[in-house]
Amino acid sequence: MTAAKSSLQRRAFLAGVALVSVVAPQAARATPEAMAEAIKAVVGDRPVREGRVTLDLPPLIENGNTVPLSVAVESPMSEADHVKAIHVFNEKNPQPHVFDARLGPRNGRAQVATRIKLGDSQRIVAIAETSRGEFWSASADVIVTLAACLEELT
Amino acid sequence: MTNVLINAPKTARRGELIELKTLILHPMETGFRPGTNGGIIPRNIIQRFVATWNGTEIFSMDLSPAISANPFVSFFTVATESGRVAFRWSGDEGFLAEESVTIDVV
Amino acid sequence: MTWSDRPGRRPALVLLALVFGASLAAAQVGADTRRSGYQDMGPALQKMQDDDTANPAMLFVQLGEQLWSKPAGAAGKACADCHSVADMKGVAVRYPAIAKGADRPLDLDGRISLCRTANQQAEPFAPESRDLLSLTAFVAHQSRGLPIAPPDDPRLRPFRDHGAEIYRRRQGQLNLSCAICHDDNAGKKLAGVTIPQAHPTGYPIYRLEWQALGSLKRRLRNCLVGIRAEPYGYGSLDYVALEIFLADRARGMLWEAPGVRP
Repeated sequence: MTAAKSSLQRRAFLAGVALVSVVAPQAARATPEAMAEAIKAVVGDRPVREGRVTLDLPPLIENGNTVPLSVAVESPMSEADHVKAIHVFNEKNPQPHVFDARLGPRNGRAQVATRIKLGDSQRIVAIAETSRGEFWSASADVIVTLAACLEELT
Repeated sequence: MTNVLINAPKTARRGELIELKTLILHPMETGFRPGTNGGIIPRNIIQRFVATWNGTEIFSMDLSPAISANPFVSFFTVATESGRVAFRWSGDEGFLAEESVTIDVV
Repeated sequence: MTWSDRPGRRPALVLLALVFGASLAAAQVGADTRRSGYQDMGPALQKMQDDDTANPAMLFVQLGEQLWSKPAGAAGKACADCHSVADMKGVAVRYPAIAKGADRPLDLDGRISLCRTANQQAEPFAPESRDLLSLTAFVAHQSRGLPIAPPDDPRLRPFRDHGAEIYRRRQGQLNLSCAICHDDNAGKKLAGVTIPQAHPTGYPIYRLEWQALGSLKRRLRNCLVGIRAEPYGYGSLDYVALEIFLADRARGMLWEAPGVRP
């Protein structure tokens, strides 16, 4: 999945910056604003800096039901300086939260992997919260291809 | 029946960084999908995953409906002392699953 | 899609023997251009299949292993009371087959179901039920890495020919045959997905689209529904005939079960 890293565009993400929405507001549908709000609920008014976080996703997703995702954060993982939490957000699933992981110095390495559902091509944001109260982030734009032959509902 | 797969080393050196991988059978029904009768299939997800080493929490995750069916979660930890690493998944409809492995730290 | 401008294909039964001969010969001289669907997947999904602790199908293999030694039915016997797990190595790669004394072929899950009703005297498994898929996955897993080796049983020939005929027959509102996609246009894109050559190398598979384990029959049903044709019933011999044809077409390719596919 390291190949994915180079081909994915990583852009700065600043919490609190108003994002221009191209999606009409709908009930039960995350939007870039909903994601910004969800992020604000986690970080408050503190600054989120780009960097230290590596977000790995395949650049082209063959099926949105099961997308391997890994987040790694550069951190000494010591008592004095460690990653406390890793949060992942998305902007087009029904809800903006994907997961919140809690870590500590015992983890040794701040890295979490799981698999997520993505209903559409969109931007994913990972934010790491450190014991020093800092927030670091990375984002990735992913393309979700649609399956050709769908099964009937049975 | 146990529906969990854990990948953990049986032994580790003290202070060694080890990866723990977990997989559990669960539909992770989002609560947003229509069923065949036109109604919405009720949400049924695992909400929380917690790992402990000899009773001390080493990792936890709050899951959302965006986590795929049959959730896979992996993370790292430093091998401290021999003992039991326990994993616990809990969620909607009273779902609760527990599994543990023994790791010898030498 | 460029199918609309393709000339029509007519079933050409006379050519079948030649086609078989050619594919077999190709396999033997190393000019094999056959590809498993595995090779058409990205590295992330290949890794998911390769790592037993990441492959979700292994959850079902584990369930199957538990069922293997659990007594069932009036006979009170478990699979393990008659069979050793080691003896299951090589079984999946030679199915579908015609069992001793039988007159029609069965695929692997059909054979397991027969064992359950005839020998264990238990209630039959429902088609595509988790227990049946799990037991099939457990048995199939024992053959992983072996070449697909359909039996040279002359009784299978008419079924294989019937399967070949279905494979090349245009069906459904889209008027497509299996061959139009999986022979003539394999490797091209349909929507965002690479059209595979349709070799049954990893069944039962964990298909991400299903978020579950499923049989080759379920996959064939998907294709039939995809071309807007009426799918056969789960117990239909038409599926087994297609499976025999496909197994023969994939002869010598390596068995991957349980596979992961998008």
